[in-house]
Amino acid sequence: MRPGFVLEVDRSTPPTLFHHGEGFRLERLPVGSRIVYPPEPLPVLPDIDGAIRHALLHPVDSEPLPALLSPGMRLTIAFDDISLPLPPMRRPDARQRVIEAVLDLAAEAGVDDVHLIAALALHRRMTEAELRHALGDRIYDAFAPRGLLYNFDAEDPDNLAFLGRTEQGEEVEISKRAAESDLLVYVNINLVAMDGGHKSTATGLASYRSLRHHHNVRTMQHSRSFMDQHRSELHSSNWRMGEVIRNAGVKIFQIETTLNNDTFPKPFDFLQKREWEWSLRDRSTYLGATKALRRTPDRVRRSIFQSVLAPHNLTGVNAGEVDAVHRLTTAKVLEQQVVHVEGQADILTMGLPYISPYNVNSVMNPILVMCLGLGYFFNLYRRQPLVREGGVLIMSHPTRWEFHPVHHPSYIDFFEELLAETTDPLELEKTYEQSFAEDEWYRHLYRTSYAYHGVHPFYMWYWGAHALQHLGGVIIVGGDPKTVRRLGFKPATTLADALEMATDVVGPHPSLTHLHAPPLLLAEVT
Amino acid sequence: MKALPAVRLRLPRPGFPWSAPEVPQGFERPVVERRVGADYDTGWSRRPLARHARLLLLEGPIRLGVRALAAPERAGGDRLAKLSGPLIFAANHHSHLDAPLLLTSIPEPWRHRIVVAAAADYFFANRLIAAASALVIGAIPIERTRVERRSAERASALLTDGWSLLIFPEGGRSADGWGRGHRGGAAYLALRCAVPVVPVHVEGTGRIFGKGAKRPSPGTSRVTFGEALRPGEAESASRFAGRIEEAVAALADEAATDWWSARQRAAKGETPPLTGPRGTSWRRSWALGDRRGPQTRAAPRTAWPRF
Repeated sequence: MRPGFVLEVDRSTPPTLFHHGEGFRLERLPVGSRIVYPPEPLPVLPDIDGAIRHALLHPVDSEPLPALLSPGMRLTIAFDDISLPLPPMRRPDARQRVIEAVLDLAAEAGVDDVHLIAALALHRRMTEAELRHALGDRIYDAFAPRGLLYNFDAEDPDNLAFLGRTEQGEEVEISKRAAESDLLVYVNINLVAMDGGHKSTATGLASYRSLRHHHNVRTMQHSRSFMDQHRSELHSSNWRMGEVIRNAGVKIFQIETTLNNDTFPKPFDFLQKREWEWSLRDRSTYLGATKALRRTPDRVRRSIFQSVLAPHNLTGVNAGEVDAVHRLTTAKVLEQQVVHVEGQADILTMGLPYISPYNVNSVMNPILVMCLGLGYFFNLYRRQPLVREGGVLIMSHPTRWEFHPVHHPSYIDFFEELLAETTDPLELEKTYEQSFAEDEWYRHLYRTSYAYHGVHPFYMWYWGAHALQHLGGVIIVGGDPKTVRRLGFKPATTLADALEMATDVVGPHPSLTHLHAPPLLLAEVT
Repeated sequence: MKALPAVRLRLPRPGFPWSAPEVPQGFERPVVERRVGADYDTGWSRRPLARHARLLLLEGPIRLGVRALAAPERAGGDRLAKLSGPLIFAANHHSHLDAPLLLTSIPEPWRHRIVVAAAADYFFANRLIAAASALVIGAIPIERTRVERRSAERASALLTDGWSLLIFPEGGRSADGWGRGHRGGAAYLALRCAVPVVPVHVEGTGRIFGKGAKRPSPGTSRVTFGEALRPGEAESASRFAGRIEEAVAALADEAATDWWSARQRAAKGETPPLTGPRGTSWRRSWALGDRRGPQTRAAPRTAWPRF
């Protein structure tokens, strides 16, 4: 495995790959630009099932799982939802492997009362096919028909338990079944440093009443970045809530898994290679794929990309006490993702792929484009952003005016009505958030259909609040101009045009850094 | 009038080497030994030409036939994802359909590099049947009526050579729908060659084309693959065979109920045995009804009223 590195572009550097939604571009960057390449995938655990069993029998700062299980107890197993991992992994999914191992031990201990809950907070409910993919047919067929496997419902007052307030007055309200169980086993997939820890339960199983305390503009603007736990207000808030949950007597056995960044299956694995290492076959695949995709209808192209299952697999699994487990998990994530970068640039460029945590099997709508670029990719840093304050972010994405009407109904109204008024996160939060959060129709769709909660588009917008505050401008290359302008950004046809436009903000002869992701990386900017 | 001599048309006979040589006087024609049964040499059926022919047969008419007759549902394939190298697939046995069903269900990379242990006295009874068995399902002869060292040596040589083996440890098809006690062949080979055993449970084929049936009756079937088993240190073949039987029984329970219930019963040591309850035949048949799923496929939905 080779570590990530920073390449300085010279005349011999080949054009650089930019993801562009459901497509790709090769762009020649100016001489002197820097490209941040991710590390290559870490090796997978040689015996995954053995490692899972070992983690359960030898947990950190906790008794072994069998010692926590007894006949007659109430056991709840919560697990991460469809938003993880990205792209979805090949079968068997990490959650299936871990939960089957947990259930094996539960069966041996004579535990009968078991519930499995998809910890989706305000995300859309998972469909049967998605649950089957995540948990496998065996678990689904055993539990779902009896109503013992279900999606968390954050709008069901009868099944929520209020556990108290943090020192700062943050209310903690989570799933009643989880709160009242003798043991809550949380099965997590840690794709980025933001995931896991107390955030799993304090966010995944929480209601709007609880989430609003950290899913807000102030928290996001004070999380620099939310991938850096020590400088993230998002984490601090979740950790305070985790303390309340623990003090309320909820016993959590946390199981966290880490994945390597082997993101694209063959023959598209060239997308994670360095361009000068592309073979003849890689180049042919690129040319063939780009030409074919250009002639493919949008719907077909989307279904092709959404059917991609990543070959990534487990590099580590740890179980036990939440904090102790999460320290080990975070170290493993950093081992996979950290790349050292010296200094900030005037311009940061990035190619946005077809998928984000909120459009799995769905449409990447303009708000999710903003969230992926300014929320997730901009925040892939520790210490300081890759781009200086007042700098320009150039993203490449088609950014079409399109939404999934079932999954994202409130996004449509947010985009068409609210963004026409203002793009200021603080103004949106103050004036409109509550009405969307308490809208009965959105609530109904969230609970009974497969819709994200009414307030979710606000959270996506807040996710980019730190970047909006930090940047002097945002340009989207190849995006639909009308849509891009609605987002409050500037459209450009080509990268050259975008660079020309950026000089108006950052001055002539700007420095440029390109984030060569995915696969994901975390820039340690000194 | 003088009768004309009878005309006898004789086609010119091609000489040697186009025809068989004449045997010189004083010599006896050599007796060609026709080997059948356990002595049948199946080596030719693992050569490239035969393998390609088998691939075409399996992926074409056999797969279509299995789908039409047995509409198989396959479960547990994910349990094999982490395995590599040769495997021994040990399945319960209800019907002649089992081998084709399993050969079209076993995932790659094992599907097309696998031999089937078949009864030497049945599938290799004469040269025609033996050649068909070897070609179509890649059968190798195994003696089931007596202990025979060569069968085991042949199978272990193939395992060592990287071939997987499909074996029915019950030694024959079920007569009444319940299984029979496992023989030790699969366990012995696993110990000898250090190859994992994948327990497999087949459900439904007995109803479709069970022992004694004259014609098949289309229905549904289910194949469940289990976790691979490896013999423990100093574990005897008979003990390991017992574990394999328990694993197949647990899969049968899983197919009849669900995975969690089956795991709970297995943990308590209450997995129903494959061999069914003891008692008279009608009681065994009665008990069998509890385990069976739908007897046949659901009738296609038609418009109402039907004329």
